[in-house]
Amino acid sequence: MGDFLLLTTLFLGAGVLAVPIASKLGLGSVLGYLLAGIVLSPILGLLHVDVIAIQHFAEFGVVMMLFIVGLELEPRRLWEMRGRLLGLGGLQVGITALVVFGVCLFLELPWRQGVAIGFILALSSTAIVLQTLTERGLMSSDGGRSSFSVLLFQDIAVIFMLALFPLLSAPDLVASVASHGAGAHGADAAGGHGAGGDLAPFEHLPGWAKGLVSLAAIAIVVGIGSYLTRPLFRFIAMARLRELFTAAALMLVVGIALLMTLAGLSPALGAFLAGVVLANSEYRHELESHIDPFRGLLLGLFFITVGAAVDFQLLADQLWTTLAMTLGLIVIKALILFALSLAFRIGGSDRWLFTLGLAQAGEFGFVLLTLTVSESILPQTVSSQLLLVVALSMLLTPGLFVLYDRICALMAKQTRPAEADEIDSHAEIIIAGHGRVGGIVNRMLRAYGHETTVLDYSSSQLEALRAFGFKVFFGDATRPDLLHAAGIEKAKLLIVALNNRDQITELVRHVCKHHPHVHVIARAVSREHVYDLYAVGCRDMIRETFDSSVRIGRSAFEALGAHAFDAEQMSRAFVQEDRKMLREMAEVYDPEIPNHKNLAFVTRAREVFARQQDELSGGGRVLGAMNDRRWSPPTPKDVRVERDQARSDPDAPD
Amino acid sequence: MSRILVYFAHPGRRYSRANLGMAETVSHLAGITYIDLYEHYPRHDIEIETEQDRLLEHDVIVFQFPLFWYSTPSLLKDWIDLVLEHGFAYGEGGEALKGKALLCAITTSSPEDAYSSEGFQHYPLRTFLTPLEQAARLCQMRFLPPYVLYEALKAAEDERLQVHEDGYKRLLIGLREGHYDYERAREVHILQAGTLDAVLNDGETGHG
Repeated sequence: MGDFLLLTTLFLGAGVLAVPIASKLGLGSVLGYLLAGIVLSPILGLLHVDVIAIQHFAEFGVVMMLFIVGLELEPRRLWEMRGRLLGLGGLQVGITALVVFGVCLFLELPWRQGVAIGFILALSSTAIVLQTLTERGLMSSDGGRSSFSVLLFQDIAVIFMLALFPLLSAPDLVASVASHGAGAHGADAAGGHGAGGDLAPFEHLPGWAKGLVSLAAIAIVVGIGSYLTRPLFRFIAMARLRELFTAAALMLVVGIALLMTLAGLSPALGAFLAGVVLANSEYRHELESHIDPFRGLLLGLFFITVGAAVDFQLLADQLWTTLAMTLGLIVIKALILFALSLAFRIGGSDRWLFTLGLAQAGEFGFVLLTLTVSESILPQTVSSQLLLVVALSMLLTPGLFVLYDRICALMAKQTRPAEADEIDSHAEIIIAGHGRVGGIVNRMLRAYGHETTVLDYSSSQLEALRAFGFKVFFGDATRPDLLHAAGIEKAKLLIVALNNRDQITELVRHVCKHHPHVHVIARAVSREHVYDLYAVGCRDMIRETFDSSVRIGRSAFEALGAHAFDAEQMSRAFVQEDRKMLREMAEVYDPEIPNHKNLAFVTRAREVFARQQDELSGGGRVLGAMNDRRWSPPTPKDVRVERDQARSDPDAPD
Repeated sequence: MSRILVYFAHPGRRYSRANLGMAETVSHLAGITYIDLYEHYPRHDIEIETEQDRLLEHDVIVFQFPLFWYSTPSLLKDWIDLVLEHGFAYGEGGEALKGKALLCAITTSSPEDAYSSEGFQHYPLRTFLTPLEQAARLCQMRFLPPYVLYEALKAAEDERLQVHEDGYKRLLIGLREGHYDYERAREVHILQAGTLDAVLNDGETGHG
């Protein structure tokens, strides 16, 4: 028990500490977990923890991940993407695997190992790439969509690799793992090690019977997904207990994994199938929301164990070999991706996004490498070295995205001479970010005849704008050279409508400092962000969701029966009070000190909250008083006084 | 030395020449607080407290506006409805404005002779201003004879506008410097640039 508590605390603590730090540094959560594992590894070594055993358990996260991938893949969407998915994805995996296979043969490795290594290194990191694309708002760009297609194909291909690898097993070549009990049975092929390897009751059936059993198992999975889930969830819903849904969702996934294991199939494949079958059901989001935390935790644990299993002795011994292999891998993958982008006509900066974004190896590589050892395909030494290569290439991914930024900057520079005349024209307004916010602002300004220059990351958006003759620049608006290209020196007004809070703050800081003549209007994502922007010199910041929230509140008042004009006045009084509070708190806000340590901030906050208590508790006196005051009629006493005053007024004309 | 507060109310700025010209002439004068109401409250959310504080700090209140349908533009009416509260401007304990003066500086599109029982507006201009006059009386303020520019839309071509602007400046400075004779003003119905001598003892003659 003590061990269990100690280990749980260690793993959770490491994750909780490392992931926020890594996210802050722009490295993403996967790398955070890996680094946490690396830090933990000496402690685990001292405690004699069997990291690999924990890893097997954590691999169940992969089953859950594939279940969720399936859930998110409506058959219709799958069909729409078929061209890119099969063409781009299939060719990427196929060619990369083939080239790596060739390199392996050249290095005189056995062909089975070459096949396995080829497939493993063909994969890219879904977790890192998708997260980075989303963070940068690049998902809707051509490069982003192409990358997603390839990642999706890889995720699906993993299922077949998991099924294929046991066939590559060659125990005689790998003497070192003989003690593992090499299994050519494939029952426990995918991440479902939690279920154990002994559950293979159909092991001794003849081949045709095994095939029938497999078909029956798949039919059962599809049947459960199509017909059983709905009544089951309706039945559970009657109990009105949230945790019952969680239990049912877990039972569904674990049950399917068990069924597949019994039938000698990949649990991941089963989970994926069940996911696709359920993708159209009304319980899709419900299921996803219950499974997702477990998936996240288990995958996190899995990444930690991968980090903990990194062999530093090996890395130190073969530092240069590993580095060379990693860089070689990235170059090979990038070249193939580049060639594919030419073939599929992915142009401009999207080509570089596609080329560089997917050039690393991925987290599924860890799963597959673990499997290659347990299935006696690769010797432990080769597997450990490849583990290093995979991890290292993932660690380098943020660097690849920085490289992408540089290339975009160069491209912006190169296109400048050709358009120089246009850029020198009189657009005095620069809009950074042409998304939900900037797009509307741009339309509004242009509707009244103002020239604008737009900076954005999404190239498909920009191409459309460019077609209409707008001045648009692709790239990161926080880069000084791009601002220069957009004519910041001559601009009157900069509207910062980017998505990302830190990018907004950085851009505002830069422009307020170096181009003080420019009036900056900034999109603020939150109250604290307003303070940050004020602190870096902005005096015109608009909270992005505030106005719509107030309008929703006003609609709520109306829906509750308030007269439209009263609802309007109520929401205005609220806005006024909120602005007042914002100003009062801004005076004592200090970006250098966290709010809770800032004594002046805490004191002021207490005062304001005491005043607002009334507002929050529903007493309504503060805001009510503001409204009651307006258009209130005089009292009978007032009328009497008026009469007296009028009588005695010496100055009034008669 | 009186402190002067001008409230300018005109929602159709881009069609206005007379009112904008008047605004330009006096807005930067020393001792005069000039408030463009539509600039301050584009969304009509008038801050009652701010406005009442402002009133307390001044002695002469000026409403400068074009006559719309025999009344003030709507924001100025809103301002009156909200700011001149009972208990502040009138009613029990409402003596904050006692002894202050209210001056209306008005532009009209009709010519002077329209405002008579024979003219097409059928009533004298002062009749249309009785609500403001009585409001001032209720607040124990002096209602000064309004300073009027008739046919404001043609004033620029007729070269009356410049005269009117100069007269506006002279009137406000006269009020500021104490050259305004409140007793004589009680006998005057309408003030124009040419008749300022009727109320001002500033040693100038108002024929600019």
